[in-house]
Amino acid sequence: MAKRIDVSGLTAYYGTHKAIEDISMTVEPRSVTAFIGPSGCGKSTFLRTLNRMHEVTPGGRVEGKVLLDDEDLYGAGIDPVSVRREVGMVFQRPNPFPTMSIFDNVAAGLRLNGNYKKSELQDVVEKSLKGANLWNEVKDRLNKPGSGLSGGQQQRLCIARAIAVEPNVLLMDEPCSALDPISTLAIEDLIGELKERFTIVIVTHNMQQAARVSDRTAFFNLAAVGQPGKLIEIDDTERIFSNPSVQATEDYISGRFG
Amino acid sequence: MSTVIDKRPSTLRGARLPKWSPYAIAAGSAAVAIGVGTAADLASRVQWGLIAGLLFIISTYVIAARVEGRRQAKDRIATCLVWVAFLLAVVPLVSLIWVTVERGVKVLDVYFLTHSMGVVADTEVGGGIYAAIIGSLEQVGLATLIGAPIGVLTAIYLVEYGRGNLSRAITFFVDVMTGIPSIVAGLFILSLMLMWDMQPFGFAGSLALAILMMPVIVRSTEEMLKLVPNELREASLALGVPKWRTILKVVLPTSIGGITTGIMLAVARIAGETAPVLLLVFGNPFINNNPFEGAQASLPLYIYQQYANSAGSGAAYDRAWAASLTLIAFVMILNLVARGIARWKAPKTGR
Amino acid sequence: MDISTQDTKTPPPSPQPSAAEQKRAAHGATRPGDRIFLGLSRGSGILLLALMAAIAVFLTYRASLAISKDDANFLTAFEWNTGVVPPRFGIAVLAFGTIVSSIVAMVIAVPIAVAIALFLTHYAPRKLSGPIAYVIDLLAAVPSIVYGLWGALILVPNMTGLFGWLDTYFGWTGIFSWEGGAPRSMLTVGILLAIMILPIITNVSREVFRQVPQMHEEAALALGATRWEVIRMSVLPFGRSGVISASMLGLGRALGETMAVATVLSPDFLIHGSLLNPGGGTFAQNIASKFGEATEFGRDALIASGLVLFVITLLVNGAARAIIARRKEYSGANA
Repeated sequence: MAKRIDVSGLTAYYGTHKAIEDISMTVEPRSVTAFIGPSGCGKSTFLRTLNRMHEVTPGGRVEGKVLLDDEDLYGAGIDPVSVRREVGMVFQRPNPFPTMSIFDNVAAGLRLNGNYKKSELQDVVEKSLKGANLWNEVKDRLNKPGSGLSGGQQQRLCIARAIAVEPNVLLMDEPCSALDPISTLAIEDLIGELKERFTIVIVTHNMQQAARVSDRTAFFNLAAVGQPGKLIEIDDTERIFSNPSVQATEDYISGRFG
Repeated sequence: MSTVIDKRPSTLRGARLPKWSPYAIAAGSAAVAIGVGTAADLASRVQWGLIAGLLFIISTYVIAARVEGRRQAKDRIATCLVWVAFLLAVVPLVSLIWVTVERGVKVLDVYFLTHSMGVVADTEVGGGIYAAIIGSLEQVGLATLIGAPIGVLTAIYLVEYGRGNLSRAITFFVDVMTGIPSIVAGLFILSLMLMWDMQPFGFAGSLALAILMMPVIVRSTEEMLKLVPNELREASLALGVPKWRTILKVVLPTSIGGITTGIMLAVARIAGETAPVLLLVFGNPFINNNPFEGAQASLPLYIYQQYANSAGSGAAYDRAWAASLTLIAFVMILNLVARGIARWKAPKTGR
Repeated sequence: MDISTQDTKTPPPSPQPSAAEQKRAAHGATRPGDRIFLGLSRGSGILLLALMAAIAVFLTYRASLAISKDDANFLTAFEWNTGVVPPRFGIAVLAFGTIVSSIVAMVIAVPIAVAIALFLTHYAPRKLSGPIAYVIDLLAAVPSIVYGLWGALILVPNMTGLFGWLDTYFGWTGIFSWEGGAPRSMLTVGILLAIMILPIITNVSREVFRQVPQMHEEAALALGATRWEVIRMSVLPFGRSGVISASMLGLGRALGETMAVATVLSPDFLIHGSLLNPGGGTFAQNIASKFGEATEFGRDALIASGLVLFVITLLVNGAARAIIARRKEYSGANA
């Protein structure tokens, strides 16, 4: 299931503004890759180019290649809708569909993709909620609105919704920044379990979090405000946090700026 | 290597119809519709259009469903319908503007604007809307003089002072007032006039128009006052400035652009009201500069009366259209200026 | 608010301040200037309330003068003869016509307006949607009498074809049967009203759709939803109550519209089963057409019918407010 991502020479724009420039990297399957860097360095923008969500923003466009197991996401004839089906995403703020029940939220992606029998849906919903460590908390109120859950539960509901369609890759855009420490811990544990099945890319502001959950870490930076963000280096998380090869990374990690 | 049998089909590469396909389907549908139309000898071009439209939608769905799948087909149909709805609505609205301009320019000239009807008969050419313009300006002006201060002050009360039951009641009834049909406002003033046995006069119309205008102004002013950041008020109060001076010197100047816009939009709305004027002002072919005594003319009322007396053609009919064009132009200019002010004074925000 | 209590003239707060003192402190109205200003603004608000009360009282009073002398049943009679002795008049036809024409207008206008709002927020190129929204704003300001003139000149003659077609294929339903009279009927009125209320419903719906949080739309997109699916999953559910209240606003306008109906309809005092045959009437139209020749008593009778219209619009408004209030609760629970 999990696929490798190969990015080469990727540049993304908002209108005429260049947000990130010439990024190349490889994301290994069945691993967690964390993006760190100061605010505005383009790590979220880069994440959103990996499932073609960037172009949803008015004026957003991309140059370069993103290969998902040898297939270019930006190649001719590629349907962005299918791309997003294969590359799931979890957002900064939990965003369950407010008018849907917990069950319907998890089933939403499946219902888009054809006719499932009620029993099949139930199986997948249960499996996904269990996968997101939420089943025990909500199994008695599957028909209640998802907006009634706590923030951390909502975020796990969103993860369940994303993994219900069995994507190859799971992108997480600062999934814990709106959550309290206990909910954050629950999500971090969950990430550790999910990497058995999915390729996971996570953007985080929290360097401890990157150190805790990720196998590899990429550091992004920008020369000055208004300049495009660039990938400074990507390496094993242990190396990045102990002995990075670029001075800027070390400065950032040791808290000298950012 | 190349003999690997199981090359999995791409899941990303959904089959897509080429970009030109909608045009091709449209052309095909039109051709078929013309064919059917000529063959079946359908006289109405509207029917041809309907056939073409129906064919287009059905064939788009069928073709897209085959090539791209049902979900994409549905998406295409939704896109079609949304565009169709838009075009459908554009037709009458464009026609309205077009017809008004086309018919209106026939007799609209300086003479028309500067002369009144006097004894000009309905079938005769000549005459004009001078008395109607005077009447409208006076009635709308007086209505604004009454409605605007009351509306703005009420909004100030609601935003700056209002808490508790009184302000809740006012908010509720302002909403209710917004929904009052203009003719009911006219009937209310009429019932007062019946009580004191009064004859129609311009100011009676102003009162009804003021009733229609107040809730609109309260609403828009409220919105504008709420946009003034609390920090500004607190900064002023903390300097020891009394509250009323804070409102007059800090809050109102900050929001004056938006409030003006709201008042002008309200003026534009009541300037076109016919029903209350019909009941209260009565209309007058002669110039009456005194809004407090005697029947007055009014622009929207003039349009209605000229139309009603024209039997759908002739000099009076042309005058009705010319007056319509004048009224629309007045309302539009007021609108454009109001929105110009709003944009010019607007605090700069994104989106 | 309480900052203004730094005013030096404020007496030191006693342990048990009177209710009036508390109130004054809350409004900060202790200086003469403050008191005058508060008095003026509160007075305006109270004046508005008094005005509403006066409207209800005076309309009811004049209406009661007329209804008490009505020889027929005011609610059910199919006639309007106020000049005869004894006078006989009733609102059945007017209530029917008002409601039917408004329903027709809503059935046509609401789906089209929602579609245009979606067009402007989700389909049209951004460069196009701004100017179009602006033009629609302007169209909402076109005076109703001009719509009436346009309706009589352009809409009525162009309805003949549609009426014939409806009669041929759907005449059997009864609603669409046509005896060939001039198409100055309830359907034409309904279509004209639909065109008139289209801009206002579109504008309000557009605002609602624009306020759909980006994150709800992105949630659907990230699951691999097509544009239509995004609209169905996040935009429409979020905007539903807003669209309903926008529709109610339009309905209120349609119910009370006077001049456009008066210029297009050829009225009579019968209830017609078919939407295509001319006849019927609405409250506002009847008032405008009958007012000229009405005696003082006749005017009171018209005021009575206006009172009924007033009550109907109040009910519609109340419904709209209830829906908006429910939506507020809803979004509050989500915050």
